Amino acid sequence: MNYFEVFALPRRLGLDADDLQRRFYELSRRHHPDFHQAAPPEAQARALEASALVNAAYRTLRDPIARVEYLLCLEEGRAAGDGADVKPAAPPALLAEMFEIQAALEEARSGGLDAAARATLAAQRARLLERSRDAERRLTGPLARAWDEGPEADRPCVLAACREALATRAYLRTVIQDLSRALGEDEESSVSNRRH
Amino acid sequence: MSRIVGIDLGTTNSLVAYVDEQSGLPRVIPDRDGRVLLPSVVSFTPEGVLVGEPAKRQLVRRPGSTVYSVKRFMGRGFEDVREELRYFPFSVAPAEGIVRIAVGGREVTPPEVSAVVLRALKERAEGHFGEAIERAVVTVPAYFNDSQRQATKDAGRIAGLDVVRIVNEPTAASLAYGLHQLARGVIAIYDLGGGTFDISILRVKDGVFEVLATNGNTHLGGDDFDRALVEWLLDDIRARHGADLSGDPEAMQELRLAAEAAKIRLSAGERTALTLPFADFTYHREILRGELEELIEPLVQATLAPCRMALADAGLPASTIDEVVLVGGSTRVPMVRRRVQELFGKAPHSQLNPDEVVALGAAVQAQILAGGITHMLLLDVTPLSLGLETLGGVASALIPRNTTIPTGARELFTTSVDGQTVVDLHVVQGERELARDCRSLARFELRGIDPMPAGMPKIEVTFLIDANGILQVHAKELRTGKAASIEVTPTYGLADADVARMVEESYAYAEADVHARLLIEARNEADTVMTHVERALRQGADLVPAGELAAIRAALDALRQERDGGNTELIVARTVALNQITEPLATRLMDAALRAALASRRVAEIMESP
Repeated sequence: MNYFEVFALPRRLGLDADDLQRRFYELSRRHHPDFHQAAPPEAQARALEASALVNAAYRTLRDPIARVEYLLCLEEGRAAGDGADVKPAAPPALLAEMFEIQAALEEARSGGLDAAARATLAAQRARLLERSRDAERRLTGPLARAWDEGPEADRPCVLAACREALATRAYLRTVIQDLSRALGEDEESSVSNRRH
Repeated sequence: MSRIVGIDLGTTNSLVAYVDEQSGLPRVIPDRDGRVLLPSVVSFTPEGVLVGEPAKRQLVRRPGSTVYSVKRFMGRGFEDVREELRYFPFSVAPAEGIVRIAVGGREVTPPEVSAVVLRALKERAEGHFGEAIERAVVTVPAYFNDSQRQATKDAGRIAGLDVVRIVNEPTAASLAYGLHQLARGVIAIYDLGGGTFDISILRVKDGVFEVLATNGNTHLGGDDFDRALVEWLLDDIRARHGADLSGDPEAMQELRLAAEAAKIRLSAGERTALTLPFADFTYHREILRGELEELIEPLVQATLAPCRMALADAGLPASTIDEVVLVGGSTRVPMVRRRVQELFGKAPHSQLNPDEVVALGAAVQAQILAGGITHMLLLDVTPLSLGLETLGGVASALIPRNTTIPTGARELFTTSVDGQTVVDLHVVQGERELARDCRSLARFELRGIDPMPAGMPKIEVTFLIDANGILQVHAKELRTGKAASIEVTPTYGLADADVARMVEESYAYAEADVHARLLIEARNEADTVMTHVERALRQGADLVPAGELAAIRAALDALRQERDGGNTELIVARTVALNQITEPLATRLMDAALRAALASRRVAEIMESP
């Protein structure tokens, strides 16, 4: 059973968060081990499995980006690993800029950073963060709508575009993390394990 | 099915509670003297094991064999606790694996010590209901890792309790608040106890208590406030009396107890004083609240970073929190309240008694499991990421922190050498990138793989974190569909065989414990009676005929001789005899006292009348 099926939802990227939460609470009430304490061991084991599946499905689908990653897995017939299946790839348009950033990072690692270099790195990080958000907006906006509402025939193209946006985003996040580390900032602050 | 009770197994105090069928409300169960809090102190005396108040009274008399704050040692290894051992008067031997405490000629593990506390609460509940209690929900700090949770479950088993659920303390508190309709929306529970700190962010909606994120520190609490104050007092004593008390376990214990009491007084008052008579000098010191606050400021600050991380993980700014609830005795400290208010920009509240609310919540969860409450559901999370050690010692994440439990992950494994029949897995918990910086949970050995060329076997391993936050591991060879057998070696835990042996031993101890308690009670009673008789003889010797006086003295000597022996019945018999023989004297003294009182009252009445 895939995550959309768990919630009896069609494979769409546009989801109403409140409706999803209602379904999640309803299924939790049905399957949570708390309500199967008196059941025989096999039934308890089934409740545990079912409850774990419901939780995994909710965790993935409530996050619009993880939702796209999951849909990609489904459509490409791959097993769903928690979203990390898209290999990071540098967007071609950014390559020149990336060389510059990597060089600056090297320098930061070998020696100290002076104030000017810090400012440059921080500015670059802000720019990359904005680009990463751009990719996210593309995924949750036009691409999600194209998948949900566009003609069937366009779908392979939409998926390819999603894949590219996800790869860009994954790449940018790695570089942003490196920059944060070089700037001596706790990585938790910029790339935390966020839910929303 | 039998009743399920809720137990708060605290660093400083423990409690047991249940949900009253009639009112549907949770209630704590007091002991025979009406006390609700059972001090989490266990004393190993030559006569047997004491727990609670009687054990607490042994803290200064027998510092080396009286164990307190053992929760700090649960599920831990020697290296983890080495730093703080100097604060404890009992000794812990350096050894691999689980901590072992040397007390009175034997070694005990933290689960065994906790089991003594749990058994006392079990007996308290049994006395209350007049029936056997075999199942309990026990709370742990939300930030407890797998080993610490497992150790708590083991403690239950040793005490003869089936721990049907481990619940996180802050979430338990939220259930108690929720039941009383005192919390709704998005709430933050700030729980600072004797030895641990937790912060949990929850959404309470439609009867579902969904934990969004949790964080904390399992080694930060009121104990650390006390230590800071003790260090400061030690310096002051060194400066003013030229004495170093740090090597004297009895003095250190007195100092710790006095510091704790002073800290508590400073939550209500602006200043307090302590006077401690030591062998060579009497130490007197006035302490201002500001002085204490300066000492604990860094500790209070240390609770704020986990709060910010929990908010970040929940994806919520502090301003969106609807309510902030305080739990745990240490939240009575005014500075803690101030800092929490500053962080969340909102006055925190604690309508329910912060000492009792966790036990009340545990009772609510127990009632949910028993089927007595059906409209409430708690969805908790795993506090720490779970990972596997992979090539090069890197921890590869299987389940990220703050994932709603139950939750699972599957991984495929294969062999790296031809004919290999065993695969080793090392499971760790924590947020660091290298496995050695994370917490080692256990090593799993997958056995019985058919010999095949390297890379041929496909072993699917399922990691499942259950609703207790405890890991279960199953493995299957996919080609054959055969379940692989798994041998588990917990890094800081007890093997199943150890627990089984401890369960056996605990029955023997339980027997000895009853005897020890009776003996000590008999001695206390003997002491009380002897003190009274001696005082009576001093006051009223002229009221006693010579023959009676000789008989009283003989009975007194007979009891005094027997008091330190181990024969409980004889002590009781001689105490009764002494009591009887002094009855006429007591009556005469009472009459005399009454006459004197009447006389003085008459004087007092005359003085008061206009």
